[in-house]
Amino acid sequence: MRIRLEKRLTPSRIMQVATPIASVLLTMLLGAVIFELIGFDGPDAIWQTFITPIVAPYKWVDVLTKAAPLIIIAQGLSLGNQAKIWNIGAEGQYVIGALAGAGAAFAMPADAPSFIAIPAMIVAGILGGMAWAAIPALLKTRLRVSEVLSTLMFVYIAMQVLNYLIGGPWKDPNGHNFPQTPPFSPTQTLPHVIPGTVIPPGFVIAGVLTLLFWLLTARSVYGFSVRTVGAAPSAARYGGFDASRTVWSTLMISGGMAGLAGILEAMSQLGQINLGFPSGYGFTAIIVSFLGRLHPIGVFLAGLILAVTYVGGQVAQTAVHVPEATAGIFQATMLFFILASDILVRYRLRIVRDPRRTAPVGVPA
Amino acid sequence: MNIAFVIDALVTVIGVTTPILLAATGELVVEKSGVLNLGVEGMMLIGAVTGFAVALNYGESLGDWAPWAGVIGAAVAGAAASMLFGVLVLTLGSNQVATGLALAIFGIGLSSLIGASYVGMVIQPFNQTFPDWLAADPIGRVAFGHSPLVYIALVVVVAVGYFLNHTRAGLILRAVGENDVSAHSIGYPVIAIRYAAVAFGGALAGIAGSYFSMVITPMWAEQMTAGRGWIALALVVFSSWRAGRLLVGAYFFGILMTLELYAKASGFSFLPSQFWAAMPYIMAVAVLAVMSARDVAGAEAPACLGRPFMPNN
Repeated sequence: MRIRLEKRLTPSRIMQVATPIASVLLTMLLGAVIFELIGFDGPDAIWQTFITPIVAPYKWVDVLTKAAPLIIIAQGLSLGNQAKIWNIGAEGQYVIGALAGAGAAFAMPADAPSFIAIPAMIVAGILGGMAWAAIPALLKTRLRVSEVLSTLMFVYIAMQVLNYLIGGPWKDPNGHNFPQTPPFSPTQTLPHVIPGTVIPPGFVIAGVLTLLFWLLTARSVYGFSVRTVGAAPSAARYGGFDASRTVWSTLMISGGMAGLAGILEAMSQLGQINLGFPSGYGFTAIIVSFLGRLHPIGVFLAGLILAVTYVGGQVAQTAVHVPEATAGIFQATMLFFILASDILVRYRLRIVRDPRRTAPVGVPA
Repeated sequence: MNIAFVIDALVTVIGVTTPILLAATGELVVEKSGVLNLGVEGMMLIGAVTGFAVALNYGESLGDWAPWAGVIGAAVAGAAASMLFGVLVLTLGSNQVATGLALAIFGIGLSSLIGASYVGMVIQPFNQTFPDWLAADPIGRVAFGHSPLVYIALVVVVAVGYFLNHTRAGLILRAVGENDVSAHSIGYPVIAIRYAAVAFGGALAGIAGSYFSMVITPMWAEQMTAGRGWIALALVVFSSWRAGRLLVGAYFFGILMTLELYAKASGFSFLPSQFWAAMPYIMAVAVLAVMSARDVAGAEAPACLGRPFMPNN
């Protein structure tokens, strides 16, 4: 008796929903065991990481604040991932978007009214992110440079642009020599949360974008063309879908989303840009995208779950004294599980009773 | 410009080149077998923290052999981490890009977790191979004044070049990377060969990481490999998957990174220091562009690179 894999004709719907949930649960279980083994209170660490942020209302603002950039970036990345275009450099686009938005803020008079200042900064942020993704897009379509490596290299370059600007030309003259920009003026900032609620403005935008991305992927020809380019490049060519247009559009959209997330974070949470601004959202959003199975609604939920692990990681750090790096390990473990379980979506497991009867039929995936 | 300055610069170049050369040599073998493992940075960090921990904990009992134990520990840890990737990608057929990234993120997290208790501790640097008198004069220092890992890296890249091009096993490994279906149909164990290649790449990435924590700065710091794992990946493309060019390319990047150090230290630069810090990455993109444009047909990359292979079981 042994297990045989049979390729499914269409991906399993049930497995697409069940495997992310199972991945989260398995991560919690494995986490508890490992923490117990290395000498912490395992169940308590898991409770603090995964449950406390959900059941403690005073943590909700934190969770939604962290979820907003993750969801916004991951929606863009998921679109590209559907076309098998891998933008690994959202972190760089996030940073450059925020810097572009800040540049717009510093270029305008500080007392410019909000209804001009805020849209101008947001547009600049989106354009900044797009511009940073445009170079890899150009290299990919013109010179066939793999976007995986080029987008990533641009993260490191973006970090140096940030260091240069906040330590040089844009350095705050009243900042006690810290590398940071001057604060944005009151008309250039958004509130932390919408007054009277626990909802940050970025989270509202994340929600609206989720809906728009759902319409785009599920209800438009464009969404269909992106999926086709990813699943069957030659069929896409035959059907008249231009691969290089897909490269451009998906990288522009994902870069723009990362830039938007960056400027929103700067405007509503920090009120300036400093050394601590790059916080890894661009990388974590890749996990969000896969955990959400590239589906807009899934990505929205996955963004909330990853935000919980961020906030919970800090809770567990103070409550159970687990090290800071814990959240990152949980996030990576979740991604491992989701990728490992992908086989269940594409294949059916069959238990074969008689090993001699199995006829070898090649299934090159 | 005097001789001492040139000697110093050469010694620095050799030092910064060694880890990327080691990691890229490992990745070259992995990619030649048709697998793209983007998790080099994570494996390097796991190697860095393991090497440091072993050398620190066995420093008293093993004495002079402790650093060697550290290097072996780093290699084993790097290979073990790569097996995590291997099971997902090779046995379960998961997406190689995403799995490699997961390994990178995992390695960053795990190494910080393990290393948290080692922050601030120092070990004996592992930087001497030959007796002092050989490295006494300036010229001798360039040739003989390095860590054993420097010489190991050079031996390994030459050995890998020979293995890939002049041995039967190397030919089979390349066949698996060029056409997995054919290799499978004439009876070669495609998956087993790829596992071996991935493990070898992991071991070398681990050793490369240990160079940071045992030679460059004999202490542990979070994310101390500072993105060099990604440079190693670019280096493999730069080499167009050839060991000889990999060696040349590694030294080219090493010179760039040394320029950054000197620009920062001496202040002679008319450009901001951040420009020099970004230089290796800018150059990496530039060489990717040049190499990819030359290789328009994609003929130089292993044909099955990144493609999952699921033999019927």
